[in-house]
Amino acid sequence: MNLTLKIWRQKNAKEQGKIVEYKINNVSPDMSFLEMLDVLNNELIEKGDDPVAFDHDCREGICGMCSLFINGQAHGPDRGVTTCQLHMRKFKDGDTIYIEPFRAKAFPVIKDLVVDRTAFDKIQHAGGFVSVNTSGNTQDANAIPIPKHDADKSFDAATCIGCGACVATCKNSSAMLFVSAKVSQFALLPQGKVEAADRVMNMVAEMDALGFGNCTNTGACEVECPKGISLENIARMNREYLKAAL
Amino acid sequence: MKLDSKIPQGPIDKKWSDYKNHIKLVNPANKRNIDVIVVGTGLAGGSAAATLAELGYNVKAFCYQDSPRRAHSIAAQGGINAAKNYQGDGDSIHRLFYDTVKGGDYRAREANVHRLSEVSANIIDQCVAQGVPLAREYGGLLDNRSFGGTQVSRTFYAKGQTGQQLLLGAYSAMNRQIGRGKIQMYNRHEMLDLVLVDGKARGIIARNLINGEIERHSGHAVVIATGGYGNVFFLSTNAMGSNVTAAWKAHKRGAFFANPCFTQIHPTCIPVTGDHQSKLTLMSESLRNDGRIWVPKKMEDAVAIREGKLKPTQIAEEDRDYYLERRYPSFGNLVPRDVASRAAKERCDAGYGVNATGEAVYLDFASAIERYGKEQARIQHLNENDAKLVYKLGRDVVENKYGNLFQMYEKIVDEDPYTTPMMIYPAVHYTMGGVWVDYNLMSTIEGCYVIGEANFSDHGANRLGASALMQGLADGYFVLPYTIGDYLADDIRTGAIPTDLPEFVAAEKNVQDMIDHLMNNKGSHSVDYFHKKLGKIMWDKVGMARNAQGLNEAMDEIAALREEFYKDVKVSGTAESFNQELEKALRVADFLELGELFAKDALHREESCGGHFREEHQTEEGEAQRDDENFAYAAAWEYKGNPRDAVLHKEDLVYENIKLVTRSYK
Ligand SMILES: Cc1cc2nc3c(=O)[nH]c(=O)nc-3n(C[C@H](O)[C@H](O)[C@H](O)COP(=O)(O)OP(=O)(O)OC[C@H]3O[C@@H](n4cnc5c(N)ncnc54)[C@H](O)[C@@H]3O)c2cc1C
Ligand code: SF4
Ligand code: FES
Repeated sequence: MNLTLKIWRQKNAKEQGKIVEYKINNVSPDMSFLEMLDVLNNELIEKGDDPVAFDHDCREGICGMCSLFINGQAHGPDRGVTTCQLHMRKFKDGDTIYIEPFRAKAFPVIKDLVVDRTAFDKIQHAGGFVSVNTSGNTQDANAIPIPKHDADKSFDAATCIGCGACVATCKNSSAMLFVSAKVSQFALLPQGKVEAADRVMNMVAEMDALGFGNCTNTGACEVECPKGISLENIARMNREYLKAAL
Repeated sequence: MKLDSKIPQGPIDKKWSDYKNHIKLVNPANKRNIDVIVVGTGLAGGSAAATLAELGYNVKAFCYQDSPRRAHSIAAQGGINAAKNYQGDGDSIHRLFYDTVKGGDYRAREANVHRLSEVSANIIDQCVAQGVPLAREYGGLLDNRSFGGTQVSRTFYAKGQTGQQLLLGAYSAMNRQIGRGKIQMYNRHEMLDLVLVDGKARGIIARNLINGEIERHSGHAVVIATGGYGNVFFLSTNAMGSNVTAAWKAHKRGAFFANPCFTQIHPTCIPVTGDHQSKLTLMSESLRNDGRIWVPKKMEDAVAIREGKLKPTQIAEEDRDYYLERRYPSFGNLVPRDVASRAAKERCDAGYGVNATGEAVYLDFASAIERYGKEQARIQHLNENDAKLVYKLGRDVVENKYGNLFQMYEKIVDEDPYTTPMMIYPAVHYTMGGVWVDYNLMSTIEGCYVIGEANFSDHGANRLGASALMQGLADGYFVLPYTIGDYLADDIRTGAIPTDLPEFVAAEKNVQDMIDHLMNNKGSHSVDYFHKKLGKIMWDKVGMARNAQGLNEAMDEIAALREEFYKDVKVSGTAESFNQELEKALRVADFLELGELFAKDALHREESCGGHFREEHQTEEGEAQRDDENFAYAAAWEYKGNPRDAVLHKEDLVYENIKLVTRSYK
């Protein structure tokens, strides 16, 4: 396949960025999207140009490091996958593809397509944990039986990879889906109950302080979430928040 | 220098508890005066950082990703072992100990493995207390499954995302300490050198990956938890950034590097398709619980499949060669990974491979779907002769167990693995070698500890499935926090270590010179160009099967490639900014040295054991032939400049509790 790429280039957080056009030929449909960018970068380097910076690590859809807004969609056109799992067979010969960073006030650009998502960590510092000593001197694991249904639901919430697609997609740049996933994971387990009220209050307060917008129930986040984190979590978080605030 | 493994005296099952009862303690008020640097925030580093901070030490933690949550441990799929015997199938600490020593082909240190088995049960308790959602049965109790190399069901899991859930548990424990100010977290920082003062590890030089600044960080001890070095092969299942740099820099400063050639090749990965490929994707070993591995019996069928004229589903049952079940009747598809990998290679080399390149075998779920479907039909009182219904019910069970893996496969290969058998082939997975450490997990540099996949101690020549996660968390939560206290007890009056000491200045200059060289080099090829070349040499000559001639060639070729790299690599951009090419160049420079030592180690070990297979040393049936008389030792290499000049030190492995026998899974 031969493609035209229109890529956001930005030297650093301070400088203005702009879209730059590149042509790339002989793209195999079996390549992943990131492998296609590797090929482009190799060509740029051998020509003496600056390669395009983008975040990635596991390339298996699990670390949450890759991002990219592709043709106006977080992680591109395929449903339920991250950018590293997106394959070029989803595109057609001759396509023009727009590639931009995940934009949000709380995610400043570091370079080109790389953004700073440490705001997500800060929300977790505020309460994304169960306060238990790490000594291992806890009770036997089977002394806390948990109905399979609850454990599965909790697991589903816990599979959020912290990629930020929900924020990038949301017209308000809200982090509700991400935060609610963590709140839900613990709210569904007996281990998390004791400090449930503090957790939700603290995490929500931190989220607001960091400049994320509010949720207006548009639901775009759920659609673009590569891990299928459901809006149900936001509802659960709202209930937890109300309960805690009363 | 004589290697002292510091294994405590006494019977094996008392060593660790006796040891803990007799070590020096640091009182809480004094811990506040002690700084510990932890490099790496995977399962090993994350759990260590959280626990050390909780104990009261000041911790500085480093990782190259933008968040500790993204460490490579996140990708582990299958599960984590623990001798809980929840299933009542005869498991015990001793059996886990035995399986692990045997699995490692008797090249691991008994005392460490026993300790690992002892603390394994605590790991599960700990993780559950932290809210890690491990898989449950309908009764609310924890579920288990079995993994290769064992006959009991002792693997705890969270679907195919066990590493993710365990890491998020450690990450949350870290977050709690970061929130309290006990851990200072340095994201997007890469350790580029180790600083020794008076022979002790006292700090690191790190590069801030966002602005390129070179920073000095001091501490009373340094813990290296930077994972494995499988990426020396370029293609592996490791995350793209996984590297050997921190461990290698410690090696260059005096830490011995043990058994570098012990690498695990995992049998169930998605096969390579083309030159563009950047990494390989693992299909969890747990799939072998239900999937059956086969190739066609008849050569003409294999050829027809490769040419696209036949589909696997058209091959009759009696024309399929379930070669693992045939060769190893008692373990069948659950033989250890090295055995399964070599058996796949053997069939493909003989011409029975099933994809276009002839390097793939089938992993087939048809009979599992039918078996589960019938079981469900019976449970739900439905008609078990209704094939369509049975298929649907069975498919649901399989989907529930492995759904995300199947989805991953489909995305990459563009085929539905429920209806067409998966294609798999072995790939480099993780490394058993690493920095040599004593029982306390301290390297041959005082105050430099190495934990998790970065050290060498617990796995011998083969890591069994679900044992790496166990070791990472055991080291970080339960072992290091004790052993490091014994060392730090002498440092309570030392005070903060200043970073303007000449040793810091010299180490920083060392790093700066290297960066300057790379940036000013007017070469013509990208870093990946060299990395791929290195990977090809490694895979062809130092890979799944090795021989003396190939290894000698590999050493020369790697040395030549290293020279070419320094002359001809081209790194664009500037050093004082975010520069991913420079990051890669610094990592590949170290791989180019490690690769040569790796080959040297494989060359000197004139035997086959676990993941190390020397073609000169095999039985008539093609099984690995160990030489306990001459090679029952860990090979610890001392740095002497050029990797090929490294000097060998031997730690003799003494087996007092387990008898060395031929490892058989027949
Ligand atoms: C696909 C896959 C599946 C697996 N499945 C299983 C399984 O089911 N069961 C099992 O037991 N094992 C499994 N493993 C193996 C297991 O995941 C690893 O052995 C284990 O996670 C290693 O943990 P670690 O903490 O030692 O290192 P890692 O998790 O690799 O962490 C390394 C850390 O070091 C940091 N780092 C590295 N270099 C530097 C540097 N120079 N400066 C600063 N920071 C640095 C990184 O940022 C990271 O934080 C699997 C591995 C893979 C690849
Ligand atoms: S909720 Fe979904 S989109 Fe948002 S961070 Fe988590 S995985 Fe990404
Ligand atoms: S690179 Fe890890 S999720 Fe894409």
